[in-house]
Amino acid sequence: MITLRIDDIPVQAEPDQTILDAAKAAGIRIPTLCHLPGLSPVGACRLCLVEIRNWNGKLVPACATPVQEGLDVVANSDRLRELRRTILELLFAERNHICAFCVANGHCELQDLAAELGMDHVRFPYRFPPLPLDASHPKFGIDHNRCILCGRCVRACSEVEGAMTWGFAGRGIFTLIEADLGDPWGDAKTCTGCGKCVQACPTGALFEKGRATGEQEKRPAIVAALTERRPRAQG
Amino acid sequence: MPKVRVATAWFSGCSGCHMSFLDLDERLLEFAGKAELVYSPIVDIKEFPDDVDVTLIEGAVGTSEHLHLLAEIRRKSRLLVAFGDCAVTGNVPSLRNPIPREEVLHAVYGDGSVPGLEGGEVPKLLPQALPLHAVVRVDHFLPGCPPPPDRIWKFLRQLLAGKEPELAREDLRFG
Repeated sequence: MITLRIDDIPVQAEPDQTILDAAKAAGIRIPTLCHLPGLSPVGACRLCLVEIRNWNGKLVPACATPVQEGLDVVANSDRLRELRRTILELLFAERNHICAFCVANGHCELQDLAAELGMDHVRFPYRFPPLPLDASHPKFGIDHNRCILCGRCVRACSEVEGAMTWGFAGRGIFTLIEADLGDPWGDAKTCTGCGKCVQACPTGALFEKGRATGEQEKRPAIVAALTERRPRAQG
Repeated sequence: MPKVRVATAWFSGCSGCHMSFLDLDERLLEFAGKAELVYSPIVDIKEFPDDVDVTLIEGAVGTSEHLHLLAEIRRKSRLLVAFGDCAVTGNVPSLRNPIPREEVLHAVYGDGSVPGLEGGEVPKLLPQALPLHAVVRVDHFLPGCPPPPDRIWKFLRQLLAGKEPELAREDLRFG
């Protein structure tokens, strides 16, 4: 057992746990977005940044940082609240997230976090980029306007389904999620049509066809349920 | 105690926020007891008056007229509130923003005489529909599409009581 402190509360954790695991077990809320139980942590969205007091206030992603003996972690502070809100605002400003008529309105992790973290407006200029929507797949669609590049679809596809259909193409703000080598999703030979990517997606970027505004509920917990029933080979 | 001078204005929006305001129902009586509506799409006053305490603006800044009126409202209002998602984020009117305005106008009006393309009888359509705070200083943000009447009332009651209005959590939900 490892002992550490999170928000001045002494917490015990197993050596293979992350700071996020330990905080969860202690009932301390740390917001996450790219993290999804059942998938490997990547620390991509930075919303779970925490401060390590005895590392000179260094910021680390709680989802991807293993616990260590004696860590003094700050999970909630004014500095972290401001950083997390800024990250959210940058996500909203980067693409066209128009909650009012999104398929995921009311069932969106990005929308939920904006309310939770007190984001009453976005202080950065919106980019309003022209982005495509691919509806070539018979069952599902991908709307790049709503994508936050968390990569949950990419990991669900490779780590759980094993199809490796999804990948990242391009760099920085021009990155797009692509099926196979940039084929329309409907033409992707590797896609099994299982829909795990859709369930793992935290926003309205991936959706089931036939869903109107606010009708797309997601079941992200299905990913952990599957991996627990079908554990991957260890070691 | 003198009544609070409240104004509302309607820019690029569907009027849904004003409808939601009217859905305050019997609470409108309490509002009328404490506030005077000095300018609004629902009262017949043509000129924006001086010395307004609070102005709520619904809608994004989408035309040259909005730009002009927004500057006047900011100058004459002590507090300016972005009222609803279009005013806070651009929302639905901002859907046209990735498309050049000329393309949008020709798609709607065809190739002939296009209103709003150049100045004239009809205000000029701006290149993009923007949230209010992209143009002027905004004091408070009241999100929602539309903000539900309970949220509007929670906000207004604090304001009318002379308090700094505070909204949190579910009352900040977009959409």
